Order: sequence, then structure tokens, then C-alpha cells
Amino acid sequence: MGLLSKKDASLLSDPLADNNPITIQVLGICSALAITAELKASIVMSISVLFVLGVGNVVISLMRNIIPSKIRIIVQLVVVAALVIIVDLVLKAFAYELSKTLSVFVGLIITNCIIMGRFEAFALGNGPWRSFLDGIGNAAGYGVILIIVGFFRELLGSGTLLGFKVLGDPIEKTGLYAIGYENNGFMLLSPMALIVVGLIIWVQRSKNKALIED
Amino acid sequence: MENRTDKNSYTLIFAVVMVVVVGSLLAGMFSVTKPLITVNEEIEKQQNILYALGINENDESSANFVSTDKASDKFNEYVTSQIVIEGDNVTENDKAYLIDVKKEQAKAKSGGTRRLPLFIGKNKEGKTLYVAPIRGKGLWDAIWGYIAVDKDMVVQGAYFDHKGETPGLGANIKQRFFMDDFYGEHLLTEAGVFKGITVAKGNNDPKNENKTDNEVDAIAGATITGDGVTAMIKKDLKLYLPYFKKLKQ
Repeated sequence: MGLLSKKDASLLSDPLADNNPITIQVLGICSALAITAELKASIVMSISVLFVLGVGNVVISLMRNIIPSKIRIIVQLVVVAALVIIVDLVLKAFAYELSKTLSVFVGLIITNCIIMGRFEAFALGNGPWRSFLDGIGNAAGYGVILIIVGFFRELLGSGTLLGFKVLGDPIEKTGLYAIGYENNGFMLLSPMALIVVGLIIWVQRSKNKALIED
Repeated sequence: MENRTDKNSYTLIFAVVMVVVVGSLLAGMFSVTKPLITVNEEIEKQQNILYALGINENDESSANFVSTDKASDKFNEYVTSQIVIEGDNVTENDKAYLIDVKKEQAKAKSGGTRRLPLFIGKNKEGKTLYVAPIRGKGLWDAIWGYIAVDKDMVVQGAYFDHKGETPGLGANIKQRFFMDDFYGEHLLTEAGVFKGITVAKGNNDPKNENKTDNEVDAIAGATITGDGVTAMIKKDLKLYLPYFKKLKQ
């Protein structure tokens, strides 16, 4: 690694696998359940969180020596809320159509426990560059799981991917539907997202026994 | 030694400064972006109305508006007149598309007379259509739409949108597969009584071949949003019935 020291690189790569915010730390579950019914929404949400967590971590890290410890959670909340509102306003003014697509996500970002979690656990004790890497790494780890869950839920629930009918047309009975395949409507509901996340956790822990707690 | 940042006085000053800084930053951002956002919203309303009229750039599966820079020209071209119905009075008003349906609904609730905007235009084939705005509640927040009907109140186009319905479920009311189903549906029964259109679960007609059953197929997992669509069509479009009755005479 020429660009990043080994320690810095692990900030980026750890959250992708053995310290994944969703499957290991079990944070950010709420939004992972809510918006993964389709792949596109998962991707958009991942990018939004990547931006807010990257920038937010840097802001908190720069302020870490002047934030009063008694109200640090409130300060973090104000920073993330202000960031989200600024992004929302800028999008509405200059990229209106994109802001329509994001609609509900913008609000959901604030409620994402991963963001507050990283502010609290990392940015308050580390410099801006490392905090930035940590933010990007964790947001990517979150995004990977979101996209995996979104992929399976959209494919099995609606028979589409990014809106394209990859399995044929369920009403005209073409493709897979011609031989009696049916979409599983249950995949579209939040409980199935939890089960898919559970399956990912299972696979991950059975591959790496070190992750199993007593 | 106590940390400087642990003192109550420091905490208090920090909180005050933070609120002032963040508050003015956001207020400043808001006033800078406000005019741009208003313009965007006005263009969007024009695009919505044009969409319901069938003036759009739809490809095979996705819904696309006419582009923002062409919206005003197309709007002037295809929307021939905008009228406001207020009780028995019908007046022309070329800013009718800016009437806030939410405010009008609130006015009607508190005993006032609701102004009903109606946009008269033509589709690509030159047929005269009437577009009415509707607004209601979904699962999480507001839902609204524009319905284009002909003089017999047969739907010729529909556009729905929402503020915060669940992506992949309720949010799909703005997808082609849902909106297109409304095309050709009758709002009236054969006897001419207003029945609206119900977004129905367990529908026997998922391909929507029967256009006079006053039903379209619901979206799985979006029951409450679908019920909201049903309710806003029934409630808001019914108000236009007297106008259409007069039109037929």
C-alpha cells in the first residue's frame, strides 16, 4: 500500500468484513430493513450515507477538542442534522429530480445509528484523515450489506433488478413464470429483510469462527 | 484538574454559539436556495399536469417527464385554459396550477368554499381532456396526483406522487405499472353515479382488462398507500362532478 499505511488501510477494509457495522456491530438495522425492498433504493441510500458519514466524521473530528463532553451527543446530532438539511436544500435547488428520488432517505440518514456510533466511537478520538477513512469504510460496509439484501429482496420478491424484469413477466407468464415460478410477496416485507440479514450473519460467522461469541 | 470543556459555563456558551452558528447557516442556506426551489416546484407542477395529459417522454417501462427546459413551452401549448371552480362560479385563471390543494382542503374543512382548479388541455391526438389535482394521505405522509379525464369522466391519464412512502412498496404508486392501470377506467357507474376507482386487493382482474369495474389492482405490501389513493380519488374528484354534469348538458 503506497497511499495508505497498513493501519489506515484496515480502517477502510475492516468494516467491509470482520467488523461490519450491520452484521457484526448490529447497527443501522432499522434503515436496512426499511429500504431494501428494491436494489436501486439500497444503492441510493448507501451513497447518501457514504457522503454524510465521511463528511460528518471529519467535522466531528475537527471539533473533537472543543466539544463539551456533557452535551457531545447533542452536538453530534446537530452536526448530522445540519449536514443532512444542507444536502437536501442544495439538491432541491440544483438537482431537483435527484432530490425527488432521495425523498425519504434524507430523513432516514439522521436516524442511522451507524453515523452516531462512528462519531462517538471514532471521530471524537482521532484525527480528521483517519476519521474520514473510518467513515468511508463503515459506510461502505453498511452499503455492501444493503445492496446484498436489496438484490435478493427485489429478485425474489418482485422478480426484477433495478426495475428490469429479469425473470420474465409474472402476468404475461413468460420466462421462469411460464414453468410455474411465483414471486414471493413476503420478500417485500421487512421481516424477510431481517431473515436475509440473519442468513448473512450466519454465513459470515460460520466462515470465520473467531467472530462467534460465547 | 477538571477539563476546561467540562465546566458548566463552557458547556452553556458552546451550546449557545452552536445554535446561533448552525441556525444562521441553515437560515442563510434556506433563503439562498428558496427562489430556485420555488421555480423547480412550479416546473414540476407543469410537468405533472402534462404527464397526466399524456405529454411525457415515457420509454418502454419508466415514467419520464418532458424536460424541465421545455416544460413551460409545452404547458402553454397543450394546456388551453385553466379554470377555477368556486361553488357555482367558474373563472379563468392562468395561475390556477399554483393553487395549493392542501390549503384549499383546509379551507373547506373550516367551513370555507374550496377553490377547485381544473386544467383543460389536449393530448397528442388533439382530444380535449380535463386534468384535476387530488391530494390525500398515504402511510407516512402526503400523497397527491393529477388525473386527466374526458368529458364522460373516463380516465385518460394519471400521475401520482408521494412525500415519503416506503421505497419499493408504497412509493411504487409513481411507477408506470401502477399509474398506467388507471388509463381507461371509468369513474362513474353505467347509471352515471360517481363511484371513483378502488385500488383493490385480491382483484380477479390483475391484467386490468375490465375497465368498467371501477377497480385497479393493488400493489403488494402497500395496502395503506393504496387505500389512500382510493380515498383521494373518491373524495377530491367527486367535487368536480357538478361541473362535468353541466358540461354534458
